[in-house]
Amino acid sequence: MAGILVYALHSDEGVFNNNSLGAISEAAKLASDIGGEAAALVVGDIDDAACAALGKYGAAKVYRAKSVPEGLAQPIVDAMAKVITDDGYTYALFGGGLLGFEIGAGLTARLGAGVTMEVTAVKASGGKLIAERPVLQDSAIVDVGYVSEPGIIIGRLNAFDIAEGGSGDAEVVDVDVELSEWSTKATMVSRGETGDEGGVNIEDADILVGGGRGLGEKDNFKLAEELAQSMGGAVAATRAVVDAGWYPYATQIGQTGKTVAPKLYLAVGISGAIQHKVGMMNSENIVAINKDQNAPIFEFCDLGIVGDLNKIMPKLTEAINAKKG
Amino acid sequence: MKICCLVKEVPDAAVQKRIDSNTKRLDRSGEKNLNPFDTHGIEAAMQIREGGVAEVDEIVAVTMGPDSAVRALHKAVALGADRSVHLSDSALEGSDVCATGYALAKLLESEQPDLVLLGQQSDDGECYTIGAVVADHLKMPSLTQVIKMDVSEGSLQCQRQAEYGYDTVDVALPAVISVGDAINEPRYPSLKAIMGAKKKPLDTKATADVGIEADKVGEAGSQTQVLGINPPPEKQAGEIIEDEDTNETVEKIVAWLAERKLI
Repeated sequence: MAGILVYALHSDEGVFNNNSLGAISEAAKLASDIGGEAAALVVGDIDDAACAALGKYGAAKVYRAKSVPEGLAQPIVDAMAKVITDDGYTYALFGGGLLGFEIGAGLTARLGAGVTMEVTAVKASGGKLIAERPVLQDSAIVDVGYVSEPGIIIGRLNAFDIAEGGSGDAEVVDVDVELSEWSTKATMVSRGETGDEGGVNIEDADILVGGGRGLGEKDNFKLAEELAQSMGGAVAATRAVVDAGWYPYATQIGQTGKTVAPKLYLAVGISGAIQHKVGMMNSENIVAINKDQNAPIFEFCDLGIVGDLNKIMPKLTEAINAKKG
Repeated sequence: MKICCLVKEVPDAAVQKRIDSNTKRLDRSGEKNLNPFDTHGIEAAMQIREGGVAEVDEIVAVTMGPDSAVRALHKAVALGADRSVHLSDSALEGSDVCATGYALAKLLESEQPDLVLLGQQSDDGECYTIGAVVADHLKMPSLTQVIKMDVSEGSLQCQRQAEYGYDTVDVALPAVISVGDAINEPRYPSLKAIMGAKKKPLDTKATADVGIEADKVGEAGSQTQVLGINPPPEKQAGEIIEDEDTNETVEKIVAWLAERKLI
């Protein structure tokens, strides 16, 4: 039987990740194209109703591995490998995000399976799936097929849209998973620390000024804040500067951060690496200021300024303030 | 404690990269360099050695690739590795992620490291996954994108950012850790280290030397197949301004924003 198994990631509060829900919807669509069934795998103690509700997104079946902890990849590799092997799933599909990459990679080794990552679309052909993967800074898209089963497909962030087309509740099946010895060697001490002080919600802002490593130092975020203020907007950040402690996690856009689509995204000192691009590429207008003319962001912005942001930003803030009167 | 640093030779960032339409592989000709992300792994190893908590007996740079990859190993040694190992065999050409991970794992198995460090991604393939593939083959715990790592007796405490914020994870050794580029600022090699790098021991191994089964690597051992290469959807190119006169530049930006009623 052809079938697609999706890993459904959830937070400590039991809320499923949107990228996982999108992957379930995508799997349901693809499964009907290849004449199979879409199923989801959930770890931890999620109640029956919440599991069954994944049927709304198109999962026919939900496997629940209660004793497997959420948040670390290798125990979930054990669970995915068991279900794929026992019940004969022909593909594993992951929504975008860090854990999906790790679990998909682990499964590759465990099952000797082919893997494609950063996938932006999947198509069905002759009962098989073909993954579309952009490469070389998105300058080409390769079609990747699988020569054996199962095939592993790891989506790019926001690649798969959530669709509530399913017919009612999914069947919930509990599975007992024996963890591999090495899967128990990493243990979570604390999960999901955000250091969040509340405050700005960048997802609701119409105008965002995004700051990256090109700002040079933490204090230069002041320039971004002043510019954002002049336009009535908020400040967002790249992962690199959040990891470096320059700006709070709550403002981070991209692969493990937030996804935004404001009317204006003004990127300062941001090179436009894929991990950031996936979180802001749907902004209505993208303006970029960067001193490196080869920065990938100049390939997808609407207005690009090659120059020194330290010179340009204060004058731009001043000019916008003056225009307001 | 023995640390192996996985490194990779990648096309220099300034080189225009392309796909060879005949082989459907990345054209890796032209100027090459050590994958910049891997220099963070070597630096992390050096900081463990210098940190004094764990005794580091040896730091070994490990790579798989064509003859030219030797230069990436020299650079890794100049940055602090004590010696290097090069897996080079024409049988490996065309290996996909699955086959590459298997081959690297067999190579590492022959070294028996306590810790394997690598960068979060390669500058060319952008796969992010090889560490986790290698770890499962080696039956070791693994974590990717680690930005803080504290060593104690037989284990590491790592911090990394996942979907819901920062996770703190204890990892027992031996382990495979891929480090994020925020973990450290790699040092510049000294002139003396650069000059001395070529004199440090370098072992070249073929697949048979480390027990790699020939049918699991190369094109024949790969489980994925590139079926076609297409251009991305057309996007109208944006307007680019080179800032020469900043007052004029700012005027243009303001006009552009005003025209779209953004200010």
